[in-house]
Amino acid sequence: MNFSESFLTALDSLQSNKLRSALTMLGVIIGVAAVIALLSIGNGVTASITDEIESIGTNLITVSTDRENSGGYNALSLSDLEVLGDPLSSNAIEDVAAASSGAQNVVYGSESLNLTVSGVTESFFPINNMTDLLAGDLIYEPDVETGARVAVIGSTVASDLFGAEFPIGESIKVNGVSYEVVGVLTESGQGFGGNPDETVYIPLTTAQQRLYPDRTRSGERAVSTIYVQAASEDLAEQATEDITAILREQHGITYNDEDDFTIISQTDLLATFDVISTTLTLFLGAVAGISLLVGGIGIMNIMLVSVTERTREIGIRKAIGALRRDILTQFLLESVVLSLVGGFAGIILGWIISVVAGGYLDVTSIIDASTVTLAVGFAAGVGLIFGIYPAWRASSLRPIEALRYE
Amino acid sequence: MSHLMELSNITKSYEMGTQIVHALRGVNLTIDEGEYVSIMGPSGSGKSTLMNIIGCLDIPTDGIYKLDGIDLSHMSDDEQARIRNQRIGFVFQQFNLLPRTTALKQVSLPLMYAGLSRKEREERAAAALTRVGLGDRLDHKPDELSGGQQQRVAIARALVVEPNIILADEPTGALDTKTGEELMDIFNELNEQGITIIMITHEAEVAEHARRQIMIRDGVIVEDSRSTLENIPDMELVPA
Repeated sequence: MNFSESFLTALDSLQSNKLRSALTMLGVIIGVAAVIALLSIGNGVTASITDEIESIGTNLITVSTDRENSGGYNALSLSDLEVLGDPLSSNAIEDVAAASSGAQNVVYGSESLNLTVSGVTESFFPINNMTDLLAGDLIYEPDVETGARVAVIGSTVASDLFGAEFPIGESIKVNGVSYEVVGVLTESGQGFGGNPDETVYIPLTTAQQRLYPDRTRSGERAVSTIYVQAASEDLAEQATEDITAILREQHGITYNDEDDFTIISQTDLLATFDVISTTLTLFLGAVAGISLLVGGIGIMNIMLVSVTERTREIGIRKAIGALRRDILTQFLLESVVLSLVGGFAGIILGWIISVVAGGYLDVTSIIDASTVTLAVGFAAGVGLIFGIYPAWRASSLRPIEALRYE
Repeated sequence: MSHLMELSNITKSYEMGTQIVHALRGVNLTIDEGEYVSIMGPSGSGKSTLMNIIGCLDIPTDGIYKLDGIDLSHMSDDEQARIRNQRIGFVFQQFNLLPRTTALKQVSLPLMYAGLSRKEREERAAAALTRVGLGDRLDHKPDELSGGQQQRVAIARALVVEPNIILADEPTGALDTKTGEELMDIFNELNEQGITIIMITHEAEVAEHARRQIMIRDGVIVEDSRSTLENIPDMELVPA
């Protein structure tokens, strides 16, 4: 008996017991759907976050204090910023900006919110791709130089504090001091280093005077973060090396002492995130894989029942000349067909789930060929592995005993 | 001339729990091509065991069984399956048809295991069904057929491989007398066409259709009409 005959025989017997075949498949359907849905949503999340990081630009480098090595002081200051921004110090550095941030009480009229308030230099906005405004202006060099009491607010802050009112020209109070709102940023939704939509930006000098008076060890006014834009992506590594060298010299760190600052480039961030998301996706896949395993055990269970129930049929087939191999192939194919059909149904279901769930999570799910191949391969494998034992049992029944079976 | 079947000193024992049951205690029997033999005996006499051994469904504990001069006593499962498939047609008391399967498919099944093409299988299966008078019932499933019709499907399934032996185990046991008689006519006809028929029964009237009656009791043959009627016992007993 050839393979296609065995295949048709298997289909025949699955068809003659439709409800049971469908229920058996359900385990595999759910397993495969779970694998597909979880992996594709995982891929979608990874892709959208990677996208966001890349949209900020992989040539952005942030420098912050490493408190373990700075003796508890804030290590960075405006003079550091000045030296880093000097075109003569490094040709790999395009632009620099600084920021000092903290949580503050922000009041407008009767509304009072606890928000992040960042003091920034004027170049903070272009370096972070945040120059798009809903209304008004950004913070410019004169504001920083004079320590003006002006504020640029994120879109969420605008709607939370002002509702339908037009915020430009209005006055808000931060820590009891009034600031004039001069600009409202467009919604950005970026999630790194705080959400800009929920932040109030004021000139750095103003913030240093009124909100964040920390000083460095040498008594200069401190900044919490310095942003450096490398001249190009290729020069990002060079820029990182230059920053290290410049700051070590600035801070007077001798050659065998540790840096009192930390440098994070977007490339580092991407790499770190990649590791996290790969781990997470694998973990989700493993969880889904377990449900597939349970589905496989379901198949084995039903196939064993089926072998017992069809003992007489097996006896008849053997009596009229079926070889062990014929019976083995028939039962093995039955379980493989069950799991493959279930696998394909699972792909469709998983795809629907991932699209629907992706819609809720605001993530475009990504179903790639490798996910589908993995799921189908796994399903077929499950059918084969869990089908072997029942099929072997069926094939080794002795015909006379099988015929006598009632 | 060699015999079609030659059983020498066949024994068969089973273990049932702690007890050993001796179903056959040394059976000597020869059957020639074209014979029509009935095997009778009370239940527990070993007639079904004998039938299983003759039909290659089981192997003897001891002794030699030759079919066409070939020793089958130590064959593997699959070798036995091949012999059953090509040489022997089975007709069982309980019909033993596959549920939910059309007559045409039932009958073409042995040919599928023999490796024939679908077209050839269906042609031969249809011919076999026509031969037993069911040419107009090809697409009927067992539950749509009467007992007699089901048994005729089983006969067609036995015939379709063109075996030279048909083994029937109580073929009329589950049928009424009239249907049983009709069935016996088919067996008579097949025997006239040269097919060797060996039939197990406990009904004397059914056994009378056969030209040779064998009686078995407690695992040994106690009576064989050929040796008494033809009166040539010596030739049977003296080894060649």
